[in-house]
Amino acid sequence: MKSPVYLDYQATTPVDPRVLDTMLPFFRENFGNAASRSHSFGWKAEEAVEQARADIAALIGADAKEIVFTSGSTEGINLALKGVAEMYAEKGKHIITSQAEHKAVLDTCKHLEKQGYEVTYLKPDKEARHSAEQVAAALRPDTILVALMWVNNEVGSVNPIREIGKLCHERGVLFFTDATQAVGKVPVDVQADGVDLLCLSSHKIYGPKGVGALYVRRRNPRVRLVAQIDGGGHERGMRSGTLNVPGIVGLGKACAIAREELASEAARCIELRERLHKRITSALDHVHLNGSAVHRLPGNLNLSFAFVEGESLLMGLKDIAVSSGSACTSASLEPSHVLRSMDVGDDLAHSSIRFGIGRFTTEEDVDYAADQVIGAVRRLREMSPLYEMVKDGVDLSTVNWQGGH
Amino acid sequence: MAYSDKVLDHYNNPRNVGSLDKNKASVGTGVVGAPECGDVMKLQIEVQGDRIVDAKFKTFGCGSAIASSSLATEWLKGKTVDEALEIKNTQIVEELSLPPVKIHCSVLAEDAIKSAIADFKSKNGAADSTKKAS
Repeated sequence: MKSPVYLDYQATTPVDPRVLDTMLPFFRENFGNAASRSHSFGWKAEEAVEQARADIAALIGADAKEIVFTSGSTEGINLALKGVAEMYAEKGKHIITSQAEHKAVLDTCKHLEKQGYEVTYLKPDKEARHSAEQVAAALRPDTILVALMWVNNEVGSVNPIREIGKLCHERGVLFFTDATQAVGKVPVDVQADGVDLLCLSSHKIYGPKGVGALYVRRRNPRVRLVAQIDGGGHERGMRSGTLNVPGIVGLGKACAIAREELASEAARCIELRERLHKRITSALDHVHLNGSAVHRLPGNLNLSFAFVEGESLLMGLKDIAVSSGSACTSASLEPSHVLRSMDVGDDLAHSSIRFGIGRFTTEEDVDYAADQVIGAVRRLREMSPLYEMVKDGVDLSTVNWQGGH
Repeated sequence: MAYSDKVLDHYNNPRNVGSLDKNKASVGTGVVGAPECGDVMKLQIEVQGDRIVDAKFKTFGCGSAIASSSLATEWLKGKTVDEALEIKNTQIVEELSLPPVKIHCSVLAEDAIKSAIADFKSKNGAADSTKKAS
């Protein structure tokens, strides 16, 4: 077993060796520009790019012509939201999204608000999910776009995409979903799920960093976008810039592998996740699961350990790589906006840890991580005045706390 | 985030973790911070005559908060109550090389010291100490 054990697969994933092998020739002999039409270097690059486009499309049930290459999901989100907003401004200026979205969506929406658009930020339920009914209640005649993520990156909750997609299509509103955490992990079918725009990112699915794709529906309805990067008119004018051929080839291969292995990998991740969860909760009390027990990304476990603070817990877990829902390293000491939006109390939000399980995680890794967590939490609870008070029968919510900082 | 060696040392080997009997007249208890803020410190001193003979802490908070309170208990032992009141958060910042975002941890530790001493004084005739102070 390698130490530290990597359990942060929602942050990024290692490149699969099969992906890397596919990429290498495109750094060496096949270095051509896919836009070069006059020689074999260009043709080879173009052929590889088109193969990748087809592999990506196949994974999400799209047509290859509907795939636009990007630098990753942040760019895909910017292009989808700003591109739709600009193109459909005459139809309306209202957008619906969620408080639990990634910052890339929230900050892009804030930018659009400054440009005169109106954005409704739906509050998720306690499991960080949204229902189609909730979206329906927020729709207005001037709504042009609904933007809701497929899987939440922090707590792993899966939204009822198909129901929301169906609603949007019935009402003639475009539906964009940030599927960065979903593609390759849960079944995605843009046709059956009624998705009009979808972004994905290579480095979350064992491909290289710095490349991603935006799916833009071409039929029923045909979605049009105003390009956000102008230039040589690549990608049918939607995204200019020389294509990152090795990156795209890697993303394509990553999608082909994911398509093959999705079902078996999901089952394995769920098994490991449940193993980790059971081990921890059988040894520790006051452990809360954040997100949904049922509608959950296979490889995500987000737990709050009451009465210990997240950053100090991370310090005690130096041999496992996980992330905390508490942004205590920032001056503001704000807990994560996702946990806050789902009404996890600030005290529990401060004590949350996200465990991300993936393709290369083993049972041994999970058992080791569980032991580390159990040891660190026990040690910190020995040191915690809150744990002591609760053991003495004090109800913490009735305490009049002095001098909070 | 990189922690200083001293913060790591206090985090890994905290000094004086535990509790004193808060009902004893010779013990002063200070609890500062709030769970929602991610920091709660409980600091206790035991005083004989005018000297602090024992100090204990329990802290819910980040590594720097744990280190600040651990260091505070180390410094408190053996000091007189008046000397203890002289401990400033800036000394803690300096000793532990705390970065700017962690200064509040040292402030909390200073507050905890003051609060524990105030509790001790109120238990043992606050009037006397006010007289002394004036």
